[in-house]
Amino acid sequence: MSDEIRSAAEFRGPLVLEAVGVHKDFKLGGGPHSAVLNAVRDVSFGLYRSGVVALVGESGSGKSTVARLLSGQERLTSGEVRLDGKKIGLHHRRAFRAYKNEVQMVFQDPFASLNPVHTVRYHLKRPVRIHRAASGHADVSQELVRLISEVQLIPPEQFLAKYPHELSGGQRQRVAIARALAAHPRVLLADEPISMLDVSIRLEILALLNDLRERLELAVLYITHDIASARYFADETLVMYAGDIVERGPSEDVTQQPAHPYTQLLVASAPDPDALGSSMRTGSKIVAGQAGSALSNVIGCRFSPRCPFAEDRCRREAPPSVRVNEHRSAACWRLDVAAPHLVAAGRASGTDTVASS
Amino acid sequence: MRHAAAGVDLESELASASPSVPVKPTPGASLPVLDIRGLSIIYRSLAGDVRAVENVDLALMPGEIVGLVGESGSGKSTLAYGSVRLLRPPAIITAGDVTYRGRRVGAEGVAVLEQSISELRTLRWREIAIVFQSAMNALNPVLKVQEQLEDVIEAHLPMDHAERHERAASLLDFVGIPRDRLRSYPHELSGGMRQRVMIAMALAVDPEIVIMDEPTTALDVVVQREILSQIVELKERLGFSILFITHDLSLLLEIADRIAIMYAGQLVEVGTSQAIHHRPAHPYTRGLLHSFPALHGPRVELAGIPGSPPDLRDLPPGCPFVPRCSYATEACTGIDMRLAQIAGEGDLTHMSACPFVLPDTPVKADAAKGHRK
Repeated sequence: MSDEIRSAAEFRGPLVLEAVGVHKDFKLGGGPHSAVLNAVRDVSFGLYRSGVVALVGESGSGKSTVARLLSGQERLTSGEVRLDGKKIGLHHRRAFRAYKNEVQMVFQDPFASLNPVHTVRYHLKRPVRIHRAASGHADVSQELVRLISEVQLIPPEQFLAKYPHELSGGQRQRVAIARALAAHPRVLLADEPISMLDVSIRLEILALLNDLRERLELAVLYITHDIASARYFADETLVMYAGDIVERGPSEDVTQQPAHPYTQLLVASAPDPDALGSSMRTGSKIVAGQAGSALSNVIGCRFSPRCPFAEDRCRREAPPSVRVNEHRSAACWRLDVAAPHLVAAGRASGTDTVASS
Repeated sequence: MRHAAAGVDLESELASASPSVPVKPTPGASLPVLDIRGLSIIYRSLAGDVRAVENVDLALMPGEIVGLVGESGSGKSTLAYGSVRLLRPPAIITAGDVTYRGRRVGAEGVAVLEQSISELRTLRWREIAIVFQSAMNALNPVLKVQEQLEDVIEAHLPMDHAERHERAASLLDFVGIPRDRLRSYPHELSGGMRQRVMIAMALAVDPEIVIMDEPTTALDVVVQREILSQIVELKERLGFSILFITHDLSLLLEIADRIAIMYAGQLVEVGTSQAIHHRPAHPYTRGLLHSFPALHGPRVELAGIPGSPPDLRDLPPGCPFVPRCSYATEACTGIDMRLAQIAGEGDLTHMSACPFVLPDTPVKADAAKGHRK
């Protein structure tokens, strides 16, 4: 189909993991009239070998739920997750384990994700055994050294013997990454892997993930609330708001020329050192408003209560995803007002802006 | 003077119903409201003393926002809490002086470290208030917002019930929360609103200094931006001074007048936001500036800082940044880590602890890679 949006991560390699129309509802409270939260609504995207896709959004936008759905920790309400084009079913232990061999997760908090009473060796040994990456005492030892060296904790033997409390935050996160690598996965789902770390450490962890992506040809989903780091790390950036993907496109384009009003707000809110106080002092007001509601009884565009461009239609009808160009789309009725230059550029290049859903 | 005028403004706006506290003119506007000199704080432990704060000088001028930036464990919170004596053992203040000079105290100021417990009780909150990082933990979950605000007012101001109620309500107006939220419990508020209640509570009895400890770290960027501009606006209106603690230098560059950079318990550089941003001297400052990806402007390659912070129980002699520093030489292990004016720099407020690397020293790629200990 000519009007399909092609992922900006596609050039890196073949499609590995795919979310197709993924939907997740949570029932709030009990009883027949309980409210329903559409935590994730009709989300589709692909992860490509050696490519990084970033999922950006505020807390409660559903970005972590997407990771949990992809990792099989949560059942889909509808839609499919496909690995190498095959729909995954995780009802059997064996199928689940086979899937976990391929798809691994790194969590936000390296202080909580490691067990304080066990050594690094123990943390790594278990996945190596379980996923049968190695068997036999010598092989396992060799594999542990390989893993810990992979995340650049040197000398390996010394680090294997340590307990989590003896490690800094950055080192703990390295151990958590090594543990994820133990299964020799092809997909890494990283849920805010650097947000708990000190600023001076963050870049090193991102650089490590980038290095692993390249050498081990990992397909990476990078979940973050920091759109600036997505610009640096990800090929494609998806912006999520209240359960919907509201904008997607190449990271550089999305951050430098945001199309959707919410992305524009996100970008405008990020600290800008070059502003040196000016933006705070001139009293430029940002209307933050309430965080987006993903309740199913909210009709229309979920961003409309906070949107400066909202009109009647936005409050009545949910906007379709509108194609901006080959790699970009945004779900907004008022793109011609919110991002006129992008719409004009899309028209000029001969590809009409077509509603694709 | 803006400072004094703002004070009067506050009294009329906020405390109209109170038997007015006489507002003294600012004694010598050029004197700092908070003057920390040679402060050293240790944490006593079996494995040896942790030297959390080492010989720190820092001044906060009236109406000023000073940003204190450092990584976790750098001693920035210990410094701030120590200067108002909010630390308890095993923390011990081993040396230094802290002088507080507000409008309500005499011109000679108050020696904070020599105050008795009851004297401290008035000083805390009435003069120096704190906005804590985690509003959920700092607010009492079983009391309504109203009760918590009125408690603070009752403890410090002689007001009757109706006056207290009115003041609590107007405090919420100040931070942009509807008055009917007075009857809410903390769990009924969003994260941003809770943090705003914390700010309202800090401003409840018209303090001179507000210490903000990572007030927006747990919030989303959009909410963070909104709260920060509100803080700046309130500061301009009410004329208090802010000591703003954070690990996020990019944020400080935007809101602080001056920035103090802390590493391993010591200040390594102090200067105006402009100086720190455009003419950073200390290698650690330079590293920090290259550690956060910028959203605006051209996409540049970032270096970060290799290695991790040192163990404060066992600091190397001389500069503690040596193992991570790409400019380090033999001479660095012998230097005296005191802030000094930077040679050849016209701006006399710009100080650095590194005598070797100057703002004009060319940027050096990190040669210390692999120094991962």
